[in-house]
Amino acid sequence: MNRLSSFNVVSLTLGFVFLYVPMLILVIYSFNASKLVTVWAGFSTRWYGELLSNEAFLDAAWVTLRVAVISSTIATVLGTMAAYVLVRGGRFMGRTLFSGMIYAPLVMPEVITGLSLLLLFIGLGLDRGVLTIVLAHTTFSMCFVSVVVSSRLVSFDRSLEEAALDLGASPWDAFRLVTLPIIAPAVISGWLLAFTLSLDDLVIASFTSGPSATTLPMKIWSSVRLGVSPEINALSTILIGLVTIGVIAASLASKHAALRAKRDEQAAARAA
Amino acid sequence: MAETVFAPWDDPTEKPLIRFHNVTKRFGDFTAIDDLTLDIFEREFFALLGPSGCGKTTMMRMLAGFENPTEGAIELAGQDIAGVPANKRAVNMMFQSYALFPHLTVWDNIAFGLRRESKDKAAIAARVEEMLKLTRLEKFARRKPHQISGGQRQRVALARSLAKAPKLLLLDEPLGALDAKLREATQFELMDIQEKTGTTFVIVTHDQEEAMTVASRVAVMDEGRVMQVATPERIYEAPDSVYVADFIGDVNLLHGTAAPSGEDTYVVTWSANEAPVQAASTRSFSTGQTCHLAIRPEKVAIHKDKPEADNAVQGKVLDIAYLGNLSTYHVELPTGDIIKAQVANTRRISRRDFTWEDPVWVSWSKTAGVLLAE
Repeated sequence: MNRLSSFNVVSLTLGFVFLYVPMLILVIYSFNASKLVTVWAGFSTRWYGELLSNEAFLDAAWVTLRVAVISSTIATVLGTMAAYVLVRGGRFMGRTLFSGMIYAPLVMPEVITGLSLLLLFIGLGLDRGVLTIVLAHTTFSMCFVSVVVSSRLVSFDRSLEEAALDLGASPWDAFRLVTLPIIAPAVISGWLLAFTLSLDDLVIASFTSGPSATTLPMKIWSSVRLGVSPEINALSTILIGLVTIGVIAASLASKHAALRAKRDEQAAARAA
Repeated sequence: MAETVFAPWDDPTEKPLIRFHNVTKRFGDFTAIDDLTLDIFEREFFALLGPSGCGKTTMMRMLAGFENPTEGAIELAGQDIAGVPANKRAVNMMFQSYALFPHLTVWDNIAFGLRRESKDKAAIAARVEEMLKLTRLEKFARRKPHQISGGQRQRVALARSLAKAPKLLLLDEPLGALDAKLREATQFELMDIQEKTGTTFVIVTHDQEEAMTVASRVAVMDEGRVMQVATPERIYEAPDSVYVADFIGDVNLLHGTAAPSGEDTYVVTWSANEAPVQAASTRSFSTGQTCHLAIRPEKVAIHKDKPEADNAVQGKVLDIAYLGNLSTYHVELPTGDIIKAQVANTRRISRRDFTWEDPVWVSWSKTAGVLLAE
């Protein structure tokens, strides 16, 4: 093993300090007994208790969770379908244009995505609420799913699908029974990615929500404007925990997928 | 022996199972198959042989239903199969990569096709067991494809494609991934299974030995055209073009002009400094017509002194290739041409009569070679 030089140690420390000190302070102060955010008065879990009895926060959490589950599920279905056609559809008119367009929302500023969706919903006369947030989140997280799934599909041996067709499976059966089980890890990590993105989102949700629906990030944002309360710290700590779990699960799933693909390739190489 | 020889292609009353009728397939500007007409009969083991890019895989994919001909028609048992999708054809294919489903066990892989058309669990189980027995895979039924060896995977692929008892089984370079010993054993196994099941097999291969071993008839292909369709013996002994003679096995080619010298015999003038050679041919040539004499190395004898033979030329030994069972002598003639003569090493540790640079005679009879126009 190479030992790290002192320069490496300093670079690494600096990087991680910048990344994690703010969050660390937030986590520490969420356990502060004092009502004053900046004064440490001993350890307490009091704010977590108060948070659990705060109806407004619980409602917002429930809305966020519903939005995240529904929108990431729809995004996964749509994103997988789009990836499948773009990778598998052969050469059709405008294919390059379509594959470029599906990645465009990845680099589109959220403000623009939010604004355009808002205009669309107003134009359609849709009442803004949970439904519009779900639609908006589906729209922007779908392309992330599509990127994850299509990178797996590219390395997928096409003759497996042909074999399924050859054995009498309909194209839908071939997809359901052969393609989907094999690309499942990528689909799952796509879902987790969409889920965490939806959980985090503030900008797009602010544009597309109405008075009846407030997501947790929006609730935090609006209450912070009236001053930071220890309750918010506690809430943020819980959110950090959830997102961390989500990210770890997603990376484990994709690592599993990669390992599995590698194992398949090695097995194929052994047969050669 | 009362047994009749299996040769439906010589029987004009026999209906072919597959008929390629002026089939052309283009991919953009590239013509993969060029106006091809071909009949394949029931219970045949038919080999499509050719270098890579000759169109043999395209023909197979058209039979399987993954490609459609640009022009012409393909008939299966008298029915035009254009437009019938792959999943509705009574044709199954064994893929070059085997294409086993990695998430399913050997048992489920074999059952996959059966489950698509039947709900009868007992019947499916019985058929799968039968296939496992046929391919001697009973012990591996519960394993996943990555847990078995290459040879076993190859047998799973075969069992899976045979499970639905197709009218026609397509095999795309089925033995390409196996090592030489295993390949030889598997070739005989394939022939055995083909005979037991009575299925028509069409095999695509670039390995001529494989094609010659397994096939009842071989089609030699080049650039989208069929050069010759015949039994392995005829392909080897009576090729009808220089391409086929050269593609299959080793061959000596002498280029010259023909002149008739009696019934079905010709004199071939091939060099200004060498005596003309005699060759028998049922194919007729006019005086002065350009021709090529193709002689297999094992039909050329090598001698110290001038032999009594129809044709004999002198040269010196340039190279000796010792192959164990055979030795091939490369004899250089004064004209610069090289004639290969193959001798069986029938005795162990025999003293070699000839060595490098020795002056020798090579000879062959007038019926040894095949006279070809092109």
